[in-house]
Amino acid sequence: MSDGRTERNSILPVTVVCVIIFVAWYIAAIFMNTVVAEPKIEALGGGFANTINVSWSLDRPVIPAPHQVVVEVWNTVFTIAPWKVRSLVYHVWVTLSSTLLGFVLGTLLGIGLAVAIVHFKLLSKSLMPWIIASQTIPILAIAPMIIVVLGSVGLTGLVPKSIISMYLCFFPVAIGMVKGLTSPDPMQLDLMRTYNASVSQVLWKLRFPAAMPFLFASLKVAVAIALTGAIVGELPTGAQSGIGSRMLAGSYYGQTIQIWSALVAASAVAAALVYGVGGIERIVNRQMGARA
Amino acid sequence: MAAQAVIDARDLSLTFTTADGPVYALEGINLTVNDGDFVSFIGPSGCGKTTLLRVIADLEQATAGTISVNGMSASQARMARAYGYVFQAPALYPWRTVEKNVGLPLEIMGTADAASRVKRNLELVNLAGFEKKFPWQLSGGMQQRVSIARALAVEPKLLLMDEPFGALDEIVRDKLNQQLLELWAATKKTVVFVTHSIPEAVFLSSRIVVMSPRPGRIIDVIETNLPADRTLDIRETPEFLKIAHRVREGLKAGHSYED
Repeated sequence: MSDGRTERNSILPVTVVCVIIFVAWYIAAIFMNTVVAEPKIEALGGGFANTINVSWSLDRPVIPAPHQVVVEVWNTVFTIAPWKVRSLVYHVWVTLSSTLLGFVLGTLLGIGLAVAIVHFKLLSKSLMPWIIASQTIPILAIAPMIIVVLGSVGLTGLVPKSIISMYLCFFPVAIGMVKGLTSPDPMQLDLMRTYNASVSQVLWKLRFPAAMPFLFASLKVAVAIALTGAIVGELPTGAQSGIGSRMLAGSYYGQTIQIWSALVAASAVAAALVYGVGGIERIVNRQMGARA
Repeated sequence: MAAQAVIDARDLSLTFTTADGPVYALEGINLTVNDGDFVSFIGPSGCGKTTLLRVIADLEQATAGTISVNGMSASQARMARAYGYVFQAPALYPWRTVEKNVGLPLEIMGTADAASRVKRNLELVNLAGFEKKFPWQLSGGMQQRVSIARALAVEPKLLLMDEPFGALDEIVRDKLNQQLLELWAATKKTVVFVTHSIPEAVFLSSRIVVMSPRPGRIIDVIETNLPADRTLDIRETPEFLKIAHRVREGLKAGHSYED
């Protein structure tokens, strides 16, 4: 009910922001592309109309115009069979599968760490600094090492990329779940004590349900960075498939349109993943009796 | 007579160690609660009435003296689920429906006849028909009744209540006092009830324990002997006012009205 109203109210601001972005993008394309397009524009006799025409339709622009990206996405999604290497759908699927595997592994690791930290005081002191330190290492620095080390033991393809995703996304889950599992108030915990409830009963019947809002907030962050992890995992090895490999190949051959369409695909996938987690959250909330 | 004692405290003391030095929450408490008693602890904030209740429930441990509950140590009694505890706030789990909240202790204890116990105890607090509601859909008074049904679902002989109606308005409070009295008469449970309201204590109790702070101790124990079938109207009778006066005198003697 209230959802419908917010949607109607948000159409105008969303449209305005989109229009501003596209206008800025087209203007930027003119200024940035005229540098490389100068000779071609001059050859056509110069002038404003020629400047626009040329700078918005270069084969290898500095910044492709939005419609060029849209055409490229359309062609690589709808005109090529999805199992072909030239299809964007194929590359999205490759990245998505390692994203999801890494997301699941990272979520399990994060929850496991949080449960351990909440139950053993000693661990929160000894483990927490390492967990935080792990995230201060730039992923770009550690990703090639993970790929190489795992490659040397025969693990290639999906798994190493998933490990990188996991490495990134366990962190928000662990932090959020530590907060969530300790969120029950003293009275709710005392109640369990009066029932002489076991540690695992307190965990399943009180701590986990109480942690759900924290878990979903963390999962939304985690799923987006899991995708980043998978893409970064595709870069250092010169992977043959995946969104990352499309970007890499595009930059080798100066195919900026291809890079941008891969970027568009990546952000569309990220948005879909975050939205998907939000959908699951709404279902769980309804099951748990949240106010409509 | 000794076998009848549900709670027996001897020279009970509890001292909290804090950064500002020791806090004498309870000192030299001697108290016997017999089977079927309705005992109220009354006193100003900081007199240790809630602490004493928590010691009985084994939620705090005394630093000196002995306490027995149902003939066992307090911790044995807790592990045997010998009491039901009602907190100052309903402390319902918001993700559970009313019936699931009342059934929570039964799930934990692995009780076989959980469904019928939930039904019976919800009827006892006049909440039949609200089984599928979530806590936020109920008023504060109804939520506290759910928490009473939850404590009763354990089917304990002993009910420990820590200012259960303190957060409710006076009209709702009067109604719930009346219902609690009927419940006590119907179930013959032993009730220990913490309050800071003199009329509430006098109306409900068979015995009133007047406490005073710094250190938390018992000043006076008053037998009320009001008729069992009393209604709220009894609060205007001379007998009632006499008892209320004695409670107030006790509080005064314990310096409860001074700064």
